Amino acid sequence: MILNKNLKNILLVVFATLILSACSTAKKSGNIEGDVYTGKETVKFLASGVPDRIFFATNKSSLTTAARETLRKQATYLRKNKSLNVTIEGHADERGTREYNLALGERRANAAKDYLMTYGISGKRISTISYGKEKPVNPASTPLAWSQNRRSVTVKVN
Amino acid sequence: MKKLIILLILKVLFIKNAFALIEVDITRGNLDPLPIAVSPLHVDIKSENIEGIKIKELGLNISSIVEKNFKATGLFNPLKKEAFVQKPDIAHLKPRFEDWRLIKAQALVTGKLLVKDGKLKVEFRLWDLAAAKEMTALAFTTTPSNWRRVAHIISDKIYERLTGEEGYFDTRIIYVAESGAKNQRVKKLAIMDQDGANTKYLTLGNELVLTPRFNPTSQMVTYMSYFRNMPRVYLLDIETGTQEVVGNFPGMTFAPRFSPDGKKIVMSFAKDGNSDIYTMDLDTRVVERITDHSSIDTSPSFSPDGKFIAFNSDRSGLQQIYVMRSDGSGVKRITFGDGIYGTPVWSPRGDLIAFTKMRKGRFYIGVMRIDGTGERLLTENYYQEAPSWSPNGRVLVFYRETKAGSKGEGFSAKLWSIDITGYNERRLNTETDASDPSWSSLLSK
Repeated sequence: MILNKNLKNILLVVFATLILSACSTAKKSGNIEGDVYTGKETVKFLASGVPDRIFFATNKSSLTTAARETLRKQATYLRKNKSLNVTIEGHADERGTREYNLALGERRANAAKDYLMTYGISGKRISTISYGKEKPVNPASTPLAWSQNRRSVTVKVN
Repeated sequence: MKKLIILLILKVLFIKNAFALIEVDITRGNLDPLPIAVSPLHVDIKSENIEGIKIKELGLNISSIVEKNFKATGLFNPLKKEAFVQKPDIAHLKPRFEDWRLIKAQALVTGKLLVKDGKLKVEFRLWDLAAAKEMTALAFTTTPSNWRRVAHIISDKIYERLTGEEGYFDTRIIYVAESGAKNQRVKKLAIMDQDGANTKYLTLGNELVLTPRFNPTSQMVTYMSYFRNMPRVYLLDIETGTQEVVGNFPGMTFAPRFSPDGKKIVMSFAKDGNSDIYTMDLDTRVVERITDHSSIDTSPSFSPDGKFIAFNSDRSGLQQIYVMRSDGSGVKRITFGDGIYGTPVWSPRGDLIAFTKMRKGRFYIGVMRIDGTGERLLTENYYQEAPSWSPNGRVLVFYRETKAGSKGEGFSAKLWSIDITGYNERRLNTETDASDPSWSSLLSK
């Protein structure tokens, strides 16, 4: 039993090392981590220190740690400016079929909306719209451009 | 004696051969297209003048369109007119078969036309030159301004006689005309004849429009528009220009297609970020929910008997193709190949599903049987998607985009077609960049 437990611990350590080494070898070229954009080049601001957009991995709508941090800043800002309403625009990169990308953009916009709502922002203040792959920020056909285009952007409507 | 018998048998065989009518096999790639001579239609000298139409050249112009149609199939090789040995009017009465055989033609099209009392009267004949026989003949009357359609109808009749399949020339293609920089695209609905003639723009480009699709039974179109920044499915009558929103949905509706009887629209509706498939009956306006799943369900396409719907879902993690009964029951995944799959479109013949496949950064248009077996990839490229079937189920039209430079330069979107044999890939002529093509049914049916 004790031996077993020791074995388990050793295995855990081995796994942990494997995971860590996997992390350190994960792609980190320029401003892309995994394949999520981490740079500031295309980012605008709702107010000082409040970025307007978050970025996603290919085919994904899950929020990264950085995306959550940005959305918490947006939530704080929206709580302070109670009369302000926003639209969240969901976008996809060009490397997918048009219709699926419309659905994916919808999902990304709503992932951001849901997160803002868990931080106390009323759903009535947030509308969403998907543009699929129709409105790229960066028109280049490169992995960097695609990562910048996989985004949801919070836009003030009043 | 024995020799004589063999000779006799041979002779019988030859005679039989000589009388066997020519036919074109379109079930496989045709690397040896049939040499065909299309004689200019003889213009009756009693023909009246009609403003805007060059009557004297009408016979030649009609035959040129027939030739272009045939050439584009890859199944026929229209011969050069300079080599033609008989005048159109005499050839139409009775061709000198040996003269036409001399220029290696196997089939000959002749005809004549007369414009009288504001009507265009046309007749044509198709001749089998080896058998020295008339294969088919037809006469019809129409308005002179319809002369291009006359050429397409003649093409359809001859294609039908020689291949045993319905033609697809008297048809139109609706698509999205694109212009402007890649990140500021202006998109308009456009419609043209199958051969690229008669382009008309149906919207002005003030709002984003996507994915127009023909009703298989009428001149109605369904498409998606961002009119007033509310992305919704619309219905458009291309004869009258009237349009309306389909249904009263509180969020985005997209990916519309008609049912085969033209009475329903099947589409996706996105609610709280999740897309499911719905139908709306155009007469009763009754809306039905067909799928109810937390995944993305989109790109629905009915089977031609209306009993099944193929669609795209990522319920397994990534985009795959599924088939279900049209009430939403019996959902079955059919794609398990290496890569991800989108845009299933059921063939009008019912036997195949066309699709887009993405694998290792490349895009493929392919076909598979309706249970997902027998996958055949027809064409590979940097980016291409959205296949649409010719009404006879032999040709696919789709769009292809090029890789752009760092400022978006070098980007283009064009329509292409390919036979389901994988042969005869060609670019369609459009006035502007183009995407999201949809092929109509035969107009004369």
